Amino acid sequence: MSLLKLENLSVTFGNFRAVDQISYSVNEGEVLGIVGESGSGKSVSSLSLMGLIDYPGKVSADQLTFMDQDLLSMPEAQRRKITGSDIAMIFQDPMTSLNPCFTVGYQIIEALKTHQGGTKKELKHRAIELLTLVGIPAPESRLSAYPHQLSGGMSQRVMIAIAIACNPKLLIADEPTTALDVTIQAQIIDLLIDLQKEKQMGLVLITHDLALVAEVAHRVIVMYAGQIVESGPASEVFSAPKHPYTQALLASLPESAAGRARLQALPGVVPGQYDRPKGCLLSPRCPYVTDHCRNVEPTSQGSLERQVKCHTPLNTQGRPAA
Amino acid sequence: MFQFIFRRLSLVIPTFIGITLLTFTLIRLIPGDPIEVMAGERGVSAERHAELSAQLGFDQPLYVQYFHYVTGVLQGDLGNSLVTKEPVLSEFLTLFPATIELAFCAAIFAIFVGLPAGMIAAVKRGTLFDHSVMTFSLTGYSMPIFWWALLLMLIFSVTLGWTPVSGRIDVVYWIDDVTGFMLVDSILSGEDGAFSSAVAHLILPSIVLGTIPMAVIARMTRSSMLEVLSEDYIRTARAKGIAPWRVIIIHALRNALIPVITVIGLQVGILLSGAILTETVFAWPGIGKWLIESISRRDYPVVQGGILIVATIIIVVNLMVDITYGIVNPRIRHSR
Ligand SMILES: Nc1ncnc2c1ncn2[C@@H]1O[C@H](COP(=O)(O)OP(=O)(O)O)[C@@H](O)[C@H]1O
Ligand SMILES: [Mg+2]
Repeated sequence: MSLLKLENLSVTFGNFRAVDQISYSVNEGEVLGIVGESGSGKSVSSLSLMGLIDYPGKVSADQLTFMDQDLLSMPEAQRRKITGSDIAMIFQDPMTSLNPCFTVGYQIIEALKTHQGGTKKELKHRAIELLTLVGIPAPESRLSAYPHQLSGGMSQRVMIAIAIACNPKLLIADEPTTALDVTIQAQIIDLLIDLQKEKQMGLVLITHDLALVAEVAHRVIVMYAGQIVESGPASEVFSAPKHPYTQALLASLPESAAGRARLQALPGVVPGQYDRPKGCLLSPRCPYVTDHCRNVEPTSQGSLERQVKCHTPLNTQGRPAA
Repeated sequence: MFQFIFRRLSLVIPTFIGITLLTFTLIRLIPGDPIEVMAGERGVSAERHAELSAQLGFDQPLYVQYFHYVTGVLQGDLGNSLVTKEPVLSEFLTLFPATIELAFCAAIFAIFVGLPAGMIAAVKRGTLFDHSVMTFSLTGYSMPIFWWALLLMLIFSVTLGWTPVSGRIDVVYWIDDVTGFMLVDSILSGEDGAFSSAVAHLILPSIVLGTIPMAVIARMTRSSMLEVLSEDYIRTARAKGIAPWRVIIIHALRNALIPVITVIGLQVGILLSGAILTETVFAWPGIGKWLIESISRRDYPVVQGGILIVATIIIVVNLMVDITYGIVNPRIRHSR
């Protein structure tokens, strides 16, 4: 059953579409990977799911439902009951994501208190359980620690403890390991995947690490300049990418580049607010670009299960279909 | 933490030496000495002047005089006023409650208006409220105290007749000096209307004296709050689904107050120096008025002693601010 469903979700800041008509769904117990370069709208789209886009940002969608409840039309107070309990999120930089003025215990218990309540003793007990669950040694003494006394990895574990405190059905992890040491990254990912399996949560994993997505995600979404350019089952998307952008991302992976002379990444950057091209947004960077691409924006082809937004999707040989 | 306090304390000694040197020199740089001023227009003969100078010890070289002064201070003796012959310290202690009362009320006004105004301006940034707060605080900050005092007095005391013009309480009341604080003593006196008269006398001077600190606090709170509101941990707090007021009051304000507390502490100096002008305009019998008068009388011991005490108070308050800062900011409390 689908937990979260969005259809044509857009987030605009003035005239700028940071997220442009994206549609996808997340099922119960499913791991959905979202990949794409910086600035492609991964964070903004996730924040909009949490209701955290502030004025002047505007969120609109034909459909945005969580467990069949319409998130956009519901009153703020009701939505806050879902945010932080049924849908939780962890962020890129754990060192700045915890409030420096409050203890770890306070910040975990606050989440519990907001959505579940309980006596002081129960709450403390739950907090210790959560710290144990996320693999923090000596959890009892950690309750009274302040964020600046924790390492990056520990901070992210605490963030995870806060996020799973109220047993969310959907966890959004926005580049949860980007700011961490390489040695710690794998531990945090393992923890997230273990928790996801144990609690049968839906997990949206936003990352730059395509190898990781290939390994753990059931389905994958590739975003570019606020749009979904390709989506589908992870195995299919990675073995036979249909979009030139996906192909380029895969080509820039170290393993696939190993045999070649140089890293085959796309030159250029994601277009921002002031340099959005006409036609296909990838056209200035695409190796297979045609005049048609430069003038007409492609529409999404295929089903929600396997979308591609390209005039000339690649065939299994990795060449544009004629 | 103790190390932190100790380090702050060790800075105090050079500060004291600096203050005693400065006040000692500066007051002597003003033309005219106490004897000439006391003699007034009648003048004084050269022989009599020399005689009195010797009596008061002014004939000795300056460094000897300074040495005497400092040894006195170290023994807790600030000397006697040349005019009243009373010990400086006891004069100070008699007058100080009036200044504290005024400065305290001004601080209350500044904090209770400045903090919420700055906070709301930050939360509602870009709105009419925000712009008004910013404009008012900029105006308030650049308002000359004298002019502002006279303007308010003209409107509220003279034209509208809402508040009294000067003094601490209406002349019909005879209040025993128990604590030195008129608000308390007027209640203790049991006289009908004494307390409200004392309050009425405090309103304008407190607003005048509190205006600059209020403006500073409002601006500081606003900018500090704006910075904090864009922090990642505010996003985390909101992602927990807690109510917006809780995000602002608990998560943002606590962090935003850290620099504001320092600024509030620094206002103590501004309050005490501002009190000098305010007390003069409103004929408020506190140490500000006392110091101004002692300067015009060239009452060296009073100027030296009075300023030294005020400086000490400012230093102590700043030290307490530093310590409070350490208490609200765990990063400081645990480091060092
Ligand atoms: N508050 C905002 N106001 C205006 N533009 C924004 C805001 N937040 C993000 N953006 C823009 O939206 C685009 C997508 O950003 P983001 O979602 O953070 O990218 P990603 O997470 O994929 O790296 C970027 O061009 C960014 O500059
Ligand atoms: Mg991002």
